[in-house]
Amino acid sequence: MAFTLQINGQPHSVDVDGDTPLLWVIRDVLDMTGTKFGCGQALCGACTVHVDGVATRSCVTPIDSLAESQITTIEALETLAHGKALQDAWIELDVPQCGYCQSGQLMSAAALLSDNEKPTDEDIDSAMSGNVCRCGTYQRIRAAIKLASA
Amino acid sequence: MSNKLAGPQLNRRNFLKASAALGGGLIVSLGSVPTAALAATELAPNAFIRIDRRGLVTLVMPQVEMGQGIYTAQAMLIAEELDVSLEEVKIEHAPVNEALYGHPMLGRQMTGGSTSIRAFWTPLRAAGATARTLLMQAAAKEWNVDVASCRTEQGFVVNPDGRTRRAYGELVDMAASLPIPAAESVKLKQPSEFTLLGTSAKRLDTRRKTNGSLKYGIDASPPGTKIAAIAISPVLGGKPKSVNEPAALAVKGVRQVVITDDSVAVVADHTGAAKKGLEAAAIEWEDGPNGTMSQADILRQLAEQSQQAGGVARSEGDVTAALQNAAVRIDAVYQLPFLSHTAMEPMNCTVHVREDACELWVGTQNLSGAKQATTAVTGLPPETIIINNHIVGGGFGRRLEADGIAHAVKIAKQVKGPVKVIWSREEDIQHGYYRPYYYDRISGGIDTEGNPIAWSHRVSGSSIFARIAPAAMQNGVDPDGVEGAAHPPYKLPAIHVEFKQVEPQGVLTSWWRGVGPSHNIFVVESFIDELAAAAKSDPVDYRKRLLTENPRALAVLELVADKAGWGEVLPKRHGRGVAVQFAFGTYLAMVADVSVADDGTVRVTRIVTAVDCGLTVNPDTIAAQMEGGALYGLTAALYGAITFRDGRVEQSNFDTYLPLRIEEAPHVETHIVRSAEAPGGIGEASTSAVFPAVTNAILAATGKRVRTLPINPEELKA
Repeated sequence: MAFTLQINGQPHSVDVDGDTPLLWVIRDVLDMTGTKFGCGQALCGACTVHVDGVATRSCVTPIDSLAESQITTIEALETLAHGKALQDAWIELDVPQCGYCQSGQLMSAAALLSDNEKPTDEDIDSAMSGNVCRCGTYQRIRAAIKLASA
Repeated sequence: MSNKLAGPQLNRRNFLKASAALGGGLIVSLGSVPTAALAATELAPNAFIRIDRRGLVTLVMPQVEMGQGIYTAQAMLIAEELDVSLEEVKIEHAPVNEALYGHPMLGRQMTGGSTSIRAFWTPLRAAGATARTLLMQAAAKEWNVDVASCRTEQGFVVNPDGRTRRAYGELVDMAASLPIPAAESVKLKQPSEFTLLGTSAKRLDTRRKTNGSLKYGIDASPPGTKIAAIAISPVLGGKPKSVNEPAALAVKGVRQVVITDDSVAVVADHTGAAKKGLEAAAIEWEDGPNGTMSQADILRQLAEQSQQAGGVARSEGDVTAALQNAAVRIDAVYQLPFLSHTAMEPMNCTVHVREDACELWVGTQNLSGAKQATTAVTGLPPETIIINNHIVGGGFGRRLEADGIAHAVKIAKQVKGPVKVIWSREEDIQHGYYRPYYYDRISGGIDTEGNPIAWSHRVSGSSIFARIAPAAMQNGVDPDGVEGAAHPPYKLPAIHVEFKQVEPQGVLTSWWRGVGPSHNIFVVESFIDELAAAAKSDPVDYRKRLLTENPRALAVLELVADKAGWGEVLPKRHGRGVAVQFAFGTYLAMVADVSVADDGTVRVTRIVTAVDCGLTVNPDTIAAQMEGGALYGLTAALYGAITFRDGRVEQSNFDTYLPLRIEEAPHVETHIVRSAEAPGGIGEASTSAVFPAVTNAILAATGKRVRTLPINPEELKA
């Protein structure tokens, strides 16, 4: 059955099963590959997107739950309130190593800053705990969020 | 586009035709061409550099970027000598071509072992200097001046008059017509002349990693690509017994079911359908002989066979007599578990098998191995294999193995058009080439003054070299198996080190970040701490006593002790531990601070490192590798263990194979020693050091010595 999704301000019509996770529609059907697959079980955060402004794991979000929702992916991070500041901070501090988890890290960080413009270390821990980085860039992520919120 | 044109089957005439069609944007291997003039449109004096008429400088990276920063570091080596701005160069992956891009230390075209800078420090600088020399010669010819009176300045050759300049692009035609200068006539800069090397230049790939535009192998999508979800036999050597193909094919979007000797793949329009189809296929497996193997069998075998003599890696002095004469003798067994790599980018490979060629899109650390595996599975001539390599979403050694590529090619042989084979995280964790389980027996003795007089260490475990390069085995010793064990940095008058190969049934083993040292440094640095305790000596003081003849090791130890505030009194159940190592050509000392809760939970609160890796390329990258490497090792020290039951791996995803998370991550502080020595490796150094630094700190906090990893909180309760 066909579904229409609002992604980065554009309608996209896709013909897949309603229980298909959003991640695969974004990546495979629409070829927007900035959002990453990491675990498929909402355990690592690599697939984080915003659904109506809320950081959401797209790997476990079926598309039939998203009919009325505004979806934002890493490709449109710049359009979010703190997106550009976060990208600049990430570049300034050379946060990424392999970089594979960083789309998800940035989307979680953007959701954090939209709720809380001056997060403490504890706020950062709690908002970012679901985003795994195997390269170990956590201290730079923490510093970059603070730089972006300064 | 480019790699399709590269390759030995392309003769020069075809090549020029092809390049003309591309408007002069040549992207190829350049080795067999005798002059710098491959085409009149660009200067390409070697395989690493191309400069076109517009002045666009393209650098071809022989080593693979997987987070370690090598694209930036190797570009810096060339840019320093070529004298161009790093911001203006374009970076490309090298195509498969061992002759041009083979690793000078490892032979093959691969990236690993913290060797990239050590191996390419001179070749890449020479490549840059050669091109610069040609450009200067071209300008000097045009101006009719002595080349020695010209100089360069960020992409320009400057006339001796100081005013006239020629951009490199303007000199391309002339320079390409000149003979390439002999290597010995090209002068490299002295370190004192460096303006780029040794600076924290920004990484060249960061921006694309912050907006989703960087393409990893898993993002490749050549036209018409189908997606395959794969299930590999859960037991090594097993095979599919039954597959419900109709059920899989009934799933919307599923196109095909492919069965190979040891796997089943469901091919679909998108991964969601492929995974759903794989589940519907309800595969049953024939386990084969490994289906009864369990962890206890592996441990029993190691415990037994480690009592037998192994091959001798080093033997100096009379260790047996010294142990008998020791005032205090300690005998210990150290055990380290199988470890998975769990790179964030799950294993994947996109393949298009045609009748007469095969093209791959993948991120691999080992292009040579990838090509070999593809050739073996397809039976096609090697020159028809095209590999589009990508930036790697985490390697850690896992992508040195080509099994994922072989699996994908086997499936692709049965599929019309390109197919992207994606492993689930569960497949990734359960079908690894694991870091071997090591079982080490170590004995040491001290005299009445506390000096170590005997050191005997037998490493037992799987040998990776015996599988991949048997010729490297000497007297039964795997050189990697004893790296970091055979030559501790300390003065040890009697030392005997052995390697005993013990292969576990039904388990594949391979390199893991830190390779031999990430196992041996844990044992050696823990045991030297045990001797210090037996000698009632402070761990730093004790090591200093034994490092008087090793000035670089002593210097990093003194620096780290100073920066970490060694000797301060800490609260109850807090502790500070130290480790010193020489590995990967680099001296490293680390201090870890831990607190251990009453329930045994270990929290690492701070890590301080002092590193002497010789001449530095990019200090910020060194710091990043100290940070990331330490966290990678710490994760394993706290949580890492792959275990087997009935031939199957018991862990499956990040809920059972735990990653370190941000709230658990200590701040890592890095201090770099200024040094004029040859560069050392930094990608793995802090991974190996962190295990003993943390467990030595746990001893300081609790009085309990951790001899088996991962750290078990049950044994650390107050």
